[in-house]
Amino acid sequence: MAKSLGPVKRKFTPWTDPAAQPFIRFENITKRFGTFVAVDNLTLDIYEKEFFSLLGPSGCGKTTLMRMLAGFEEPTEGRILLQGKDISGVPPYRRPTNMMFQSYALFPHMTVEKNIAFGLEQDKLPKGEIDTRVQEMLKLVKLEQFAKRKPSQLSGGQRQRVALARSLAKRPKVLLLDEPLGALDRKLREETQFELMDIQHTLGLTFLIVTHDQEEAMTVSDRIAVMDKGIIMQVATPAEIYEAPNSRYVADFIGDINILDGKVVSTTAAGGQAGTVRLDCGGLAVAVDQECAAVVGNDVAFAIRPEKVRISLDKPADDSVNAAYGEVWDIGYLGDFSLFLVKTQDGRVLRAAQANVARLVDRPITFGDMVWLSWSADAGLVLTR
Amino acid sequence: MSEAHALKPSPARWLVVIFPYVWLTLFFLAPFLIILKISLSDTAIAMPPYTPVFQGFGAIGDFISQLDIENYIFLTDDPLYIDAYLSSLRIAVISTLLLLLVGYPMALCMARASAGIRPTLVMLVILPFWTSFLIRVYAWIGILKPEGLLTLLLQTLGIYGPDDQVQIFRTETAVFIGIVYSYLPFMVLPLYAALEKLDGTLLEAASDLGCPPWKAFWKITFPLSLPGVIAGSMICFIPITGEFVIPDLLGGAETLMIGKTLWTEFFGNRDWPLASAVAVILLLVLVVPIMIFQNQQQKAEGK
Repeated sequence: MAKSLGPVKRKFTPWTDPAAQPFIRFENITKRFGTFVAVDNLTLDIYEKEFFSLLGPSGCGKTTLMRMLAGFEEPTEGRILLQGKDISGVPPYRRPTNMMFQSYALFPHMTVEKNIAFGLEQDKLPKGEIDTRVQEMLKLVKLEQFAKRKPSQLSGGQRQRVALARSLAKRPKVLLLDEPLGALDRKLREETQFELMDIQHTLGLTFLIVTHDQEEAMTVSDRIAVMDKGIIMQVATPAEIYEAPNSRYVADFIGDINILDGKVVSTTAAGGQAGTVRLDCGGLAVAVDQECAAVVGNDVAFAIRPEKVRISLDKPADDSVNAAYGEVWDIGYLGDFSLFLVKTQDGRVLRAAQANVARLVDRPITFGDMVWLSWSADAGLVLTR
Repeated sequence: MSEAHALKPSPARWLVVIFPYVWLTLFFLAPFLIILKISLSDTAIAMPPYTPVFQGFGAIGDFISQLDIENYIFLTDDPLYIDAYLSSLRIAVISTLLLLLVGYPMALCMARASAGIRPTLVMLVILPFWTSFLIRVYAWIGILKPEGLLTLLLQTLGIYGPDDQVQIFRTETAVFIGIVYSYLPFMVLPLYAALEKLDGTLLEAASDLGCPPWKAFWKITFPLSLPGVIAGSMICFIPITGEFVIPDLLGGAETLMIGKTLWTEFFGNRDWPLASAVAVILLLVLVVPIMIFQNQQQKAEGK
């Protein structure tokens, strides 16, 4: 059976529109558990129909933030606005949000059908309508033939679908997903990610997803908030987060990256316009075309993604800047590309990735070869914090 | 490798499997058969006060011809016995319900308490076992008797006048108090075990789906604790039905219980055959419904 791909996605950037009203607003939210500060004076706007990710390591406060929106925790300070209304003090069972739990939290004594109908029954909908809605949901998650089964008689992937159907059945204004795909294997997870995006798009709901899996966040989200120790490090689209991280933390957390400490030698970019920043990274001369507020003498970091580093046996035309010479220390063959770990003469290890465009078993560059690494001035980034 | 090893029945394995059966045969089945035999024989003015159980292999023919069911027929003739059975069952049912009513909130509070103090709470529930059961029941006499501690307390508080006395001792109320007090740990512990396993996120999920807490209790918590409810009820109901000490010490003349009747037949009337018949019927009264119930339960689970 051919899979429907749903409507074509359109460009969706309400956060760039100053007139747009946020759908959810976290306003100076602080949450303390005893002396532990889980969320620290955090402000965040999420827009209607957005697929928004909270991304961070465990203990960074992302789940706490979501639980405060669901009503399971009350903020110690600050307030949460939903469509402009303060929802502090509203118990979870009166909030127009629904949550898909990490453990799925399916009711073990009820059938799939009953699980999905549970929320609708609480709203005292007429029986006929409940049945229609349950059928609709079963169809959406392709579980029609499992309606009469108990959760214990389902596979992990099926349970996850039931949990999704149950949380969608009430057509919540906001769907909260707490590490929704954590328990699935890689292939199923990828499939489900795309299905989630389809569902979100078809139903036109706002999704807020908590995850520690950066790949998942990158795939599904319109925007990502990278969190660390209760504060937001950066909120941006997946591409911006990847290509223009605003800090070492974000750069390091998302994807693979080389980060070198350096000092600004000269800059023509400090005036707020694009220019060139020249760095000295412990003997390595680096030039970056970038708008950057750093001034001469500042300690900064130079960051570059491995796939933006060229690796070759030949000396580049200009080896005075953005070039390093070293020995191939290790090679990670990943199928679609190979990752080279190159040890430069001063003992640093730089990573360079090369797409394996030709089908060769013996690669021209191998262990112990002396190679040149080089990159263009617009490939790397200067990180000031 | 290890699987092949596990399949091979070693002598030690056999011992482990057989041991409970040997135990039950020696200490349950054999005594029960003896009781059954006594119940089918006649009273004898002798020591012991029944015709001998077994008189050599030659007497097997005699043995069978001597058996009769007159004791059982007598049980149905005299309404005393049927009343005692029914009264026992009634008291056991009411007591079990009271125990559920008292024990469930206790178990729920224990299960919801922070993990740090739960072991202490379990200890407190078991603590009465440190004192002899008999002494604890005697203590209730001291509390409930007309000039006892309860009267004193109520008089001190001014609720009762100086001449008023609590008239609970030697009534069915006192029996219920004694039973609920004595059996409470047996009800609380299975309930606690069932409730403690309950995943708290299920209640969060219910709440998230629009279900207020009191409703979530009936829709989620209670149905999922049913195995505990059933286990606790069985563990309490069965011994309460045959309870002897509590009605004897706290109950009055009108408290008719089969355990007491049994005791009277054995030691008061010294009619061991009749007493054995009472015991056999009691066993059937308890075992048959439980077996039907368990059968039903297994069918429901298998579905």
